[in-house]
Amino acid sequence: MRPPQKGTSARWVLLILPAIVLAVFFVYLAGLLTPDKPTAHSYIKALVADSGHHPGYRRNHAKGICVSGYFQGSGQAQSLSMAPMFANVKTPVMGRFSLSGGNPATSDLNQPVRAMALQLNAKDGQQWRMAMINSPVFLMSTPTAFLHLLQDKAPDPTTGKPDGVKIKAFFTKHPEAGPFLNWAKNYKPSDSFANTRFNGLDSFQLTNAQGKTQYVRWSFVPNTPFAPRAANADDNFLFEDIASRLAKGPASWDMQLQLASPGDNIVDPSKAWAESDKWVTAGTLVLNSSTPQVDGSCRDVNFDPTILPHGISPSDDPFLAARSAVYSRSFNARIFEQAKMEEKK
Amino acid sequence: MKTHFHWGLRLLHWLMALSILTTLFVGIAMVTSPSARLWLYQIHKPLGILILVLVVVRLIVRLQTGAPALPKDMPAAAAFFAKASHVGFYALMFAMPLIGWATLSAGGYPITLGGGLQLPPLLAKSDSWYAILRPAHQYLAFLFFFMVLGHLTAALYHGLIRRDGVLDAMTGRGRQNSARFRNDQGKK
Repeated sequence: MRPPQKGTSARWVLLILPAIVLAVFFVYLAGLLTPDKPTAHSYIKALVADSGHHPGYRRNHAKGICVSGYFQGSGQAQSLSMAPMFANVKTPVMGRFSLSGGNPATSDLNQPVRAMALQLNAKDGQQWRMAMINSPVFLMSTPTAFLHLLQDKAPDPTTGKPDGVKIKAFFTKHPEAGPFLNWAKNYKPSDSFANTRFNGLDSFQLTNAQGKTQYVRWSFVPNTPFAPRAANADDNFLFEDIASRLAKGPASWDMQLQLASPGDNIVDPSKAWAESDKWVTAGTLVLNSSTPQVDGSCRDVNFDPTILPHGISPSDDPFLAARSAVYSRSFNARIFEQAKMEEKK
Repeated sequence: MKTHFHWGLRLLHWLMALSILTTLFVGIAMVTSPSARLWLYQIHKPLGILILVLVVVRLIVRLQTGAPALPKDMPAAAAFFAKASHVGFYALMFAMPLIGWATLSAGGYPITLGGGLQLPPLLAKSDSWYAILRPAHQYLAFLFFFMVLGHLTAALYHGLIRRDGVLDAMTGRGRQNSARFRNDQGKK
């Protein structure tokens, strides 16, 4: 060891500086230096503030039922994507019907937003997960705007109810919600999940074996004819209906791919695509059984729409990244709760 | 006397230092950011597997070629701490990718690495395992990062304050001189 030399204090600064810089960067990436910037946790916090904390349940779309069946590929989308599900084969499907909101005991009567989530398990081990709702477009243009809506919808601490004035002010500031609100206003509820059309809303990119790409959105169009909700329908009519219906026989939907044409908005799910777009029937979904979600196989599954087979990839639609981040956070929280509950048993 | 690590170990050290720091930063950012998650996650998984592959090679080279001795005047406690931290680093370099892989397995996630590449699950889907592995991956990552900062600072202490050749052993600095020094010694 050599004796200390001139400039020793500068050496000490040089010694500790790299660690400090790296530590500050790490803390910054953890979001701790920018408390006003939304993180995945901000969404979870807002959802729980709106619907309460229900251990073991999803933070959104808490009320649900597990279903299963298969997807029969038509072969018609094979020229668009190399995803194995598009071949003329049967792919096993596990899925879930649900209602929006974080309350697992919500009434089927006051929820216009219905959802269908699917996981297609290809023979080669690849998975395709998706979660769709029944509106033709999404409510907001950006995840941040959606977060602000969730925050503005939170019950007022004095009244215990959402503040109507605040919500109205929010929508005045966000005219992009117009098409969704218009749909909700004219919404005629059907008597079943089986005759409900489910739309993917977010855009994805298909890639075929030659490397050619095509942006798409998709819809599951029911083969069961529409019937209006009965006047005397009860709080669980949708879930009772689908359980008894699938016990009697299968229900099916055609998966329709809408191919983007120039001018279609890839990044904003609140904007509908052109009516003149070409549609391709990629296959048929057949569901033939259901299980209550309490112990169904769909309970502990994260229907992250960015879990995709080779040949399908997320677009730059910012909702896809946001959904992936928030679903994962919700999944972690509820699986930890679930594990604790199992431990107690 | 050996003064420097084998060139292969030096190369692996710096390559892995870069990979590990990147993976740690990408990891914390991808669980926080609702906008950058997808591309970060696409980097995190293959980089983790790359680290696992590299550490296997590194351990073999390390066991074959050894390490230069620490300076004799280093306090015994510091020398013990240095050696223990190296064992800890090797343990974490093996454990972190494996725990990440096992976490995805227990969560029922497909372990995709991009380009259609997919790894088999290490264990069956399990809530109780997921509830152990997922937090373990996170807290060990914090520990790993903390150890990297300590390692970096200790190395700079050797290089800037003590200037005892410990940092040079990994940077390769002064290798020619020491080789000449060794040859001169041999001649005498």
